[in-house]
Amino acid sequence: MNSIKNIFQTKNREVLSIYFTAGFPNLEDTKTVIEELEKAGVDFIEVGLPYSDPLADGPTIQNSSQKALQNGINLDIVFEQLMTIKNSNKTPLVLMGYLNQMLKYGEDKFCQKVVDCGIDTVILPDLPMVEYENHYRHLFEKYGINNVFLITPQTTEDRIRKIDSYSKSFIYMVASSSITGAKGEISQQQIDYFQRIKSMNLKGNLVIGFGISDHKTFSKACEYANGAIIGSAFINFLEEKGIDKIYEFISSIRNN
Amino acid sequence: MLLAMTAKNKKMKGKFQPDKNGYFGQFGGAFIPELLYPNVKELEDNYIQIIESEEFQKEYKSLLKDFVGRPSPLYFAKRLSEKYGAQIYLKREDLNHTGAHKINNTIGQILIAQKLGKTKIIAETGAGQHGVATATVCALMGLECTVFMGEKDIVRQAPNVARMKMLGAKVVPATSGSKTLKDATNEAIRYWIQHPETFYLIGSVVGPHPHPDMVARLQAVISEEMKWQLKEKTGNENPDTIIACVGGGSNAAGAFYHYMDDEEVELIAVEAAGLGVNSGESAATSQLGQVGIIHGSKTILMQDEYGQIVEPYSISAGLDYPGVGPLHAFLFESGRAKFMNATDKEALDAAFELTKIEGIIPALETAHALAVLPKMTLRKDQVIVINLSGRGDKDLETFIKHLEE
Ligand SMILES: Cc1ncc(COP(=O)(O)O)c(C=O)c1O
Repeated sequence: MNSIKNIFQTKNREVLSIYFTAGFPNLEDTKTVIEELEKAGVDFIEVGLPYSDPLADGPTIQNSSQKALQNGINLDIVFEQLMTIKNSNKTPLVLMGYLNQMLKYGEDKFCQKVVDCGIDTVILPDLPMVEYENHYRHLFEKYGINNVFLITPQTTEDRIRKIDSYSKSFIYMVASSSITGAKGEISQQQIDYFQRIKSMNLKGNLVIGFGISDHKTFSKACEYANGAIIGSAFINFLEEKGIDKIYEFISSIRNN
Repeated sequence: MLLAMTAKNKKMKGKFQPDKNGYFGQFGGAFIPELLYPNVKELEDNYIQIIESEEFQKEYKSLLKDFVGRPSPLYFAKRLSEKYGAQIYLKREDLNHTGAHKINNTIGQILIAQKLGKTKIIAETGAGQHGVATATVCALMGLECTVFMGEKDIVRQAPNVARMKMLGAKVVPATSGSKTLKDATNEAIRYWIQHPETFYLIGSVVGPHPHPDMVARLQAVISEEMKWQLKEKTGNENPDTIIACVGGGSNAAGAFYHYMDDEEVELIAVEAAGLGVNSGESAATSQLGQVGIIHGSKTILMQDEYGQIVEPYSISAGLDYPGVGPLHAFLFESGRAKFMNATDKEALDAAFELTKIEGIIPALETAHALAVLPKMTLRKDQVIVINLSGRGDKDLETFIKHLEE
């Protein structure tokens, strides 16, 4: 599997990342969804670790997580599923979950499994910077894992600079003050915020997510960042059209 | 200016006060998405200074006295004492305006919200007591109020829903998960993320730092009064034992607060055992939980082996919560407080007993605290204070159903 850092160096087009929930729509779909996304030319994939109480997620991802848990998914199964495609899959994977999942699984055990699966980047939206500094930075460095920090319209410049200094994979720029969920439009206010961040000339790669849903919002986001992430809109599509039509969704994003 | 300075420097000391990152031992912290950071930071930077300011204290004390009706009486329960062979006092938080201890906290927080210039208030509620207390202070101050409440709780605490509506609050049903307090709190936090201009008026000693410490300080008035009331009544400001029920833990935090460092006072926290601690239908967090993160706080949490939160169960909406505030997790782990529990049935029996022999109908939550009396070995001269956290008007339907069974 390629490292996520290389994506931004080698890609000259807009980087497209797709988030999906492991074990959804069916328990065994994790592997197929990743393979289909790779075939469709997605640049990197966020594998959502289903959680019972996902505080930063809207109804779509809450529901897909709930279904995946009902399907019987758990961290051991996710890691097993990811191990089976470790050698065939070239598209970098990022794990997205909640801190309590790692805490309960065992922090070292979790990190070791992440590394075993060939993954080097995690997103834990409820891991705040101070906890990262005091408790997790050292742990992640030991395993060569990069933590992705989120920035929002309210994050101060000082804090963004600090996040930039910590960010080795990319910076997750949350598109608005919002939880996850598909939205139709990007407002002028959001564009002003994107512009403000873009003009900070950060060293890290910026990827915009939360509310990106179609070709229009994706291209708009990419004018101000290295790429963008689509989650809820893809989950909605999976639910409606199933996993055989993934190519259609991706080409609609890329080509309109 | 000088006053503000000294107030700022007067951080509380003691083993049971949080450190600068909001930790009580290994419990606490602020595990929040970046989206909430500015809000939580603003509160953290200001809450102690506000609470300790002369202006706040004057307004807070005056509202507690004239609007809430404090001090709440410390009542010697003669017949209950005779029955159990001890000296039992009831701290009558049920006599507060709106019927529970919850208003001590909402009066304080609404003043803090105003000092921070916030005009829109959100809250979660389980039993509806915190929702009513929040809707009440919002009406008092003319602020917009939205309360999140689990769909299941909306049904079982219907009188409080009606009160909130009459007070002008918008009640939003939480329909995810077990449709109870945990889910109402999830929805409140999600709304807060999407509306960062709102003030989240949290109802218990839970949530990210500084919320647990702030709420504990605002409920501390309970034990502050207990000290002089006991001195007056018994000649000693310390009781032997204090008993309080624990959902998130705010009434217990208030009743324990000024006694935590005084090891000679026994502290008993009572959790809801539902149908029995090991029945699979329980909310006895300290017995069933392990270290975990819920609602932005590291605490003891009911969860499965993969960290998925387990849906709790209790007949009492206010105790039906899979976590406990970080202070209580620390009181439990350090052994400073003794954790007991009571089942639905034991709580119902205790509620009927208090009603019959003392003429007081307690809230179902409170009934759990009363329900441990028969399980204790008591001394005749043992001075016990039970924090009577609320009245049972909201639970009449449940009580009557039980009467008929
Ligand atoms: C009367 C009463 N007691 C106790 C509780 C439990 O909350 P806490 O543990 O925060 O005191 C509630 C909560 O709704 C309540 O209404």
